[in-house]
Amino acid sequence: MDFKLTKPQLLQQELFRKFAETEIKPIAKDMDEAEEYSLDLVAKLQKAGMFGIPYSREYGGQGADVLTYTLAMEEVSKVDASTGITMSVHTSLCCSCIDQFGSEEQKHTHMRPLIDGTAIGCYGLTEPGAGTDAGGCQTVAVLDGDNYIINGSKVFTTNSGFADTCIVFALTDKSKGLRGLSAFIVDLHSEGVTVSANIERMGIRAASNCEVIYENVSVPVANLIGKEGMGFKIAMVALDGGRIGIGAQSVGIAQGAIDEALKYVKERKQFGKTINKFQNTQFKLAECQTKVDAARLMVWRAAVAKDNHEAYSKEAAMCKLFGSEVANEVTRVCVQLLGGYGYCREYPVERAMRDAKITEIYEGTSEAMKMVISGAMKV
Amino acid sequence: MKIIVCIKQVPDTVEVKIDPKTGTLIRDGVPSIINYDDKTGIEAALQLKEQLGGTVTVVSMGPPQAEVALREALAMGCDDAYLVSAREFGGSDTYATSGILAGAVKTIGYDMIITGRQAIDGDTAQVGPQLAEKLSIPQVSYVEEVFEATEEYVVVKRQFESGYHKVKIQTPCLLTAIAELAEPRYMSVRGIVEAYEKEIKTIGFEDIKDGLELDMIGLKGSPTNVYQSFTKELKGAGTVLKDLSVEEAVAAIIQKMEDKFII
Repeated sequence: MDFKLTKPQLLQQELFRKFAETEIKPIAKDMDEAEEYSLDLVAKLQKAGMFGIPYSREYGGQGADVLTYTLAMEEVSKVDASTGITMSVHTSLCCSCIDQFGSEEQKHTHMRPLIDGTAIGCYGLTEPGAGTDAGGCQTVAVLDGDNYIINGSKVFTTNSGFADTCIVFALTDKSKGLRGLSAFIVDLHSEGVTVSANIERMGIRAASNCEVIYENVSVPVANLIGKEGMGFKIAMVALDGGRIGIGAQSVGIAQGAIDEALKYVKERKQFGKTINKFQNTQFKLAECQTKVDAARLMVWRAAVAKDNHEAYSKEAAMCKLFGSEVANEVTRVCVQLLGGYGYCREYPVERAMRDAKITEIYEGTSEAMKMVISGAMKV
Repeated sequence: MKIIVCIKQVPDTVEVKIDPKTGTLIRDGVPSIINYDDKTGIEAALQLKEQLGGTVTVVSMGPPQAEVALREALAMGCDDAYLVSAREFGGSDTYATSGILAGAVKTIGYDMIITGRQAIDGDTAQVGPQLAEKLSIPQVSYVEEVFEATEEYVVVKRQFESGYHKVKIQTPCLLTAIAELAEPRYMSVRGIVEAYEKEIKTIGFEDIKDGLELDMIGLKGSPTNVYQSFTKELKGAGTVLKDLSVEEAVAAIIQKMEDKFII
């Protein structure tokens, strides 16, 4: 057993760190305030290869492993969790549906532009009436000659404000419930697609997260992923992988807050000395770093299992459950260490604390993670 | 065009630790980076390649750890990499280094060589110009812009104290790059994956010894003796007096000197 990153992984980490520090950190606060993601930054991320990290070079991807992808997620999320989710939804949710279940033709036609840095993807499963209970899905797809006609509305579709492609889950057979769900590759520029304004949120405010309405949207039969009725399976497998990314995002949010707090406590003076000299500060930060390290190792374990083509569903759920709880706890502690300043927008721990909350909710709530884990334990 | 870029791996710190006995750098435990001006040189070479076609080869003389710097250069888009490394080369000063590099680049072959102006550790700015002299090729130092580039010649802007020189230079030639020349690109994720699939070729003593002045390599063969190494004291920016007549300027200078009790 070796807990060290390889030389290529270390160099990748250096690239991610430098990119995040130089390109993302200086604008993260402004993007959060404006509740708008910078398209200029999207272009820079695409150029550096950040939207196709764990995908095959054969299809235009970057050819790195899943572990490297988690390193990217951690480094960008340290300075901006919104960038983390923007990359994650594109990579783990949208592209992986095509990569794992799509035909050769779909990979060449639809996945290539997504992973070679020319198009952005999103994933539409959640509906106003269907969250954890995906069976409540109301969106339908009706076969009409060579096309399916999709009608329905999806909510909380991350990236939809500027994405080109969405994996849309719709019922092709209402009588079968979950087994009647199918997955489609939908061009978001199609007629009948309406994307709402960015939904106002507590955290990850820079990320684009909108309601998307599909009104008689015509999708070629060739864009059905797998077969009719495979939708639920595709959705769940994609979410399994996505949870590794959210685990890594959580680790990044927490580590970023610790890094900021560490800097602050060495400068802030109270009672005649810098506050890092107080044992409370030392112990709080020691506890935080221990938990973050544990969460990171859980993320790496799940990533390595996926890289080795082993079962990773339980490991992914665990790293997300634990990582998201750590992100919330650690950011709260770091805000406390910064005191009144920690509560101010001027200091990035305030944003980190707001951003952390969503990690316990999206891509499967903590409660859903416990369902997956206890199921795997055969409780 | 076949371009060689010479790069140096340097410690990423302002406070360089120096071995008091030999006057050379202690590298252990200090994070290392590609020297800034050299990275500019890589970018400039990649841009010339994009314009004219050809290849960019990166060369570094140093200990085996310099491999990381070469991998980074490959990940930015260089085609191949050579590490010039041998026990006999250790402790070389600029004169010895340029001699060894001359031997190395001759075995590789080139139409153009780009080096950084100077390294942030030694700050000599000597290796590039010396390399050109030892290869008997023309050189332009302090290049801040390439106006025109062809296979046969390049037209460049050379930074100068009170202006600039516009120089047309035939290939093969050597240019030394300054920061203004180009903004180095990021490595790409795929670039790093591919950088580690490539082989880094090593040029050792045996490969080039026939072309070397054997008494002019390594610590013993280096004519430079470091008398003392120390950290520079920072000086404030000078005051520039502009648009004054001679009389006014003289009066202003006298006043300044009186203010500071110099006179």
